[in-house]
Amino acid sequence: MAQVALGLVNGAFYAMLSLGLAVIFGMLNVINFTHGAQFMMGAFAAWLMLGILGVPFWASLVLAPIIVGLIGVVLEKLLLKRIYHLDHLYGFLLTFGMALIIEGMFQWKWGSSGAPYPAPITGGTDLGFMIMPSYRLFVVVAALAICLATWYGIERTKLGAYLRAATENPTLVRAFGINVPRLITLTYGLGVGLAALAGVLAAPIMQVSPLMGTNLVLVVFAVVVIGGMGSIMGSIVTGFGLGLVEGLTKVYYPPAANTVIFVVMAIVLLVKPAGLFGQAK
Amino acid sequence: MADTLLKVDGLQAWYGESHILHGIGFEIARGELVTLLGRNGAGKTTTLKSVMGIVEKRTGSVTFDGRETVGLPSDQIARLGLAYCPEERGIFSSLNVEENLLLPPVVRPGGMSLAEIYQLFPNLMERRRSQGTKLSGGEQQMLAIGRILRTGASLLLLDEPTEGLAPVIVQRIGDIIHQLKGRGFTILLVEQNFHFAATVADRHYVMEDGRVVDMIASADVQQNIGKLQAYLGV
Amino acid sequence: MSGQRIVVALVLAAAALAAPWFAYPVFLMTALCFALFACAFNLLLGYAGLMSFGHAMFFGTAGYFYGHVVKEWAMPPELGLLAGVGGAAALGVVTGALAIRRQGIYFAMITLAFAQMIFFLCVQAPFTHGEDGLQGIPRRALLGGLIPTKDDRVLYYVVLAIFLFGYFAIYRFIHSPFGQILKAIRDNEQRAVSLGYEADRYKLLAFVLSAALAGLAGSTKAMVLQFATLTDVSAAMSGEVVLMALVGGLGTIVGPVVGAFVIITMQNYLASAGEFVLVIQGAIFVVIVIAFRKGLVGELTEWWRRRSAPRPAAGDD
Ligand SMILES: Nc1ncnc2c1ncn2[C@@H]1O[C@H](COP(=O)(O)OP(=O)(O)OP(=O)(O)O)[C@@H](O)[C@H]1O
Ligand SMILES: [Mg+2]
Repeated sequence: MAQVALGLVNGAFYAMLSLGLAVIFGMLNVINFTHGAQFMMGAFAAWLMLGILGVPFWASLVLAPIIVGLIGVVLEKLLLKRIYHLDHLYGFLLTFGMALIIEGMFQWKWGSSGAPYPAPITGGTDLGFMIMPSYRLFVVVAALAICLATWYGIERTKLGAYLRAATENPTLVRAFGINVPRLITLTYGLGVGLAALAGVLAAPIMQVSPLMGTNLVLVVFAVVVIGGMGSIMGSIVTGFGLGLVEGLTKVYYPPAANTVIFVVMAIVLLVKPAGLFGQAK
Repeated sequence: MADTLLKVDGLQAWYGESHILHGIGFEIARGELVTLLGRNGAGKTTTLKSVMGIVEKRTGSVTFDGRETVGLPSDQIARLGLAYCPEERGIFSSLNVEENLLLPPVVRPGGMSLAEIYQLFPNLMERRRSQGTKLSGGEQQMLAIGRILRTGASLLLLDEPTEGLAPVIVQRIGDIIHQLKGRGFTILLVEQNFHFAATVADRHYVMEDGRVVDMIASADVQQNIGKLQAYLGV
Repeated sequence: MSGQRIVVALVLAAAALAAPWFAYPVFLMTALCFALFACAFNLLLGYAGLMSFGHAMFFGTAGYFYGHVVKEWAMPPELGLLAGVGGAAALGVVTGALAIRRQGIYFAMITLAFAQMIFFLCVQAPFTHGEDGLQGIPRRALLGGLIPTKDDRVLYYVVLAIFLFGYFAIYRFIHSPFGQILKAIRDNEQRAVSLGYEADRYKLLAFVLSAALAGLAGSTKAMVLQFATLTDVSAAMSGEVVLMALVGGLGTIVGPVVGAFVIITMQNYLASAGEFVLVIQGAIFVVIVIAFRKGLVGELTEWWRRRSAPRPAAGDD
């Protein structure tokens, strides 16, 4: 039971990251391979700000996503916008290259081994069936809130309506007088900011290290294949659900814990190739 | 013309390598309702898209209210006060009816309010929470027209609003276009159905193979009926 | 024209034969292994339109198969190579059958994910020796003792032969009716299907062939370097082979060979730069995708063609 609840913590990261990937893909038609590196940058930003300037966790939770999001905006304006007219594969390759550059620079400067980030909340919370570390409980709740807020922002607000419409038919949206290129830049910044926010939340749990995001994002790709990228709620549910599955596997057959998501992916490809929430290919 | 709102001169346009418009010229006065007639593939839609800046590869001159628009991106053109209702209607399936209506931003003052639009299209009011693409064809057309009335645009570009609709609906749309003209909108209407066009328009331009080949005032349509039928192949 | 070609071929053949006297043989052999690996990857992308981002799973596991058969079971190297190729092909059947159920970018993500799964399995499985890797694989003589492989120069010719075998297998495949159908499917799948071709069967066969050749490259590399480690199954390795094909030119048949030599040479020179190699590789990805999408070979042929094209239209220049 405890493992299952802890599985939700991983699920929280899967959900936040796959959500960002889906939002970016919808608007930019690019699978953002840099997502893991941007997650890492979020964690690093928090760690550096704490170490150098003494900025507390709670401030980093706001500042780091803004900083990393702005870097994302620059990358979009400098590089990504040049390849929207090309096959999706080029976006994948470009963002892969960007990830290599970013991670390589961090490794070069700070080495591959990680550094700990002190948990801002200590102690445990009695959930009745288990005592859960309070910080982890906070992560699950916060991630859920962030995901739902993102869902609300996209499905229920004016800006969200622009995003949805521009995902469907950018040309027409632009002909209505909306600056679609700017909307695309903004979307990328927001998606990247979301990844960085997940990174800040992860800092006290994982070691802050240059490669912390890469391994995660590879699993998140499987999550995205399983869920399909068509639905925001789908991404959230799939992310948390797979975290739970992973937690359960840890209980019943620990050696398979880190491969179970890939097995689920294989099964989904067999049974419903378009993904659980995807439209036909 | 005394008060020209839109003036198109020597407009050429391309889709990639294919040259579609070969020097189009026409003008529309403020408050006028003008149609573009022509057979399938004559280049009517391309003309609207080029005026709107959706077809980006274009040369020549398009002035709106005295401002040159060739070279501007389509969002900036829209902000001058042009609004476009596409042939395929372009209703967004991920938006409900009201979200579709509220999508185009207000670019100038003086547009219709949501309440006025619902008054004009009571069906849309009833179905305002439905998914946009769940509406019937006629309702979708009304939504596509209603959507561009809020923005304060003074020139409406309507691409075949009656295409594929039942005669009663066509009549309804004719009424609405009449009312819009009455409200002071300037309208450029693309039509294949020239019987319908003749009932609403002041003047007609006829297109053939990417060129404007004739201009006929509504009053002269009866004398020129044979010529028109030849142009349109009906 | 064909005379020119024969000269080029003779020069290349002479260079390939003389190379181990001018360059470090182990470097050449490594580069040849990667060249074959890149050709295998490119076969799938260039001719089936499928970009695998997980080809390290075939390359790396084949190395382990080779090492296990030759070291732990003390079998001859031929059987090791066979095991590597067979194992990679079998893995290709399973992952390929699943991956081709999606297209485009999803295909890349699925192959990447499967490769990551294989990576995790390799980390855990006892026979890979985890982080240490399979070290000290003996170099046994080939053909029952006829060809001693302890001498690097001798082994070089073996590796060259293996490379040429793989290269011509690809060449023959591309120019066979099968390859033509594959191209038709790549260009317009619906049309090919409506002509009665079972697109998925062709794609799977291309996938398995590509996996098997990647396996051949991987097990040959294990034979040369005498070890198999996690590096060769990692996502970074999958990315590296994409980079090689991209640098050389996607969809050209010699491009990946050129790309492999360029990248391996670069890594050799930058060995001391540590993590900075990653930065440079990333920068190459970015620059190529933004500015030189045809790769070295593609851009050069283009340049050559442009240079020689205006000549018939005399007096234009
Ligand atoms: N996206 C495109 N790419 C290439 N050619 C196009 C494209 N759209 C239209 N065309 C071509 O441009 C020409 C003019 O098309 P256009 O749609 O402007 O005609 P139209 O007068 O609106 O016809 P209809 O009455 O059928 O709507 C046609 O020959 C058409 O085939
Ligand atoms: Mg048309």
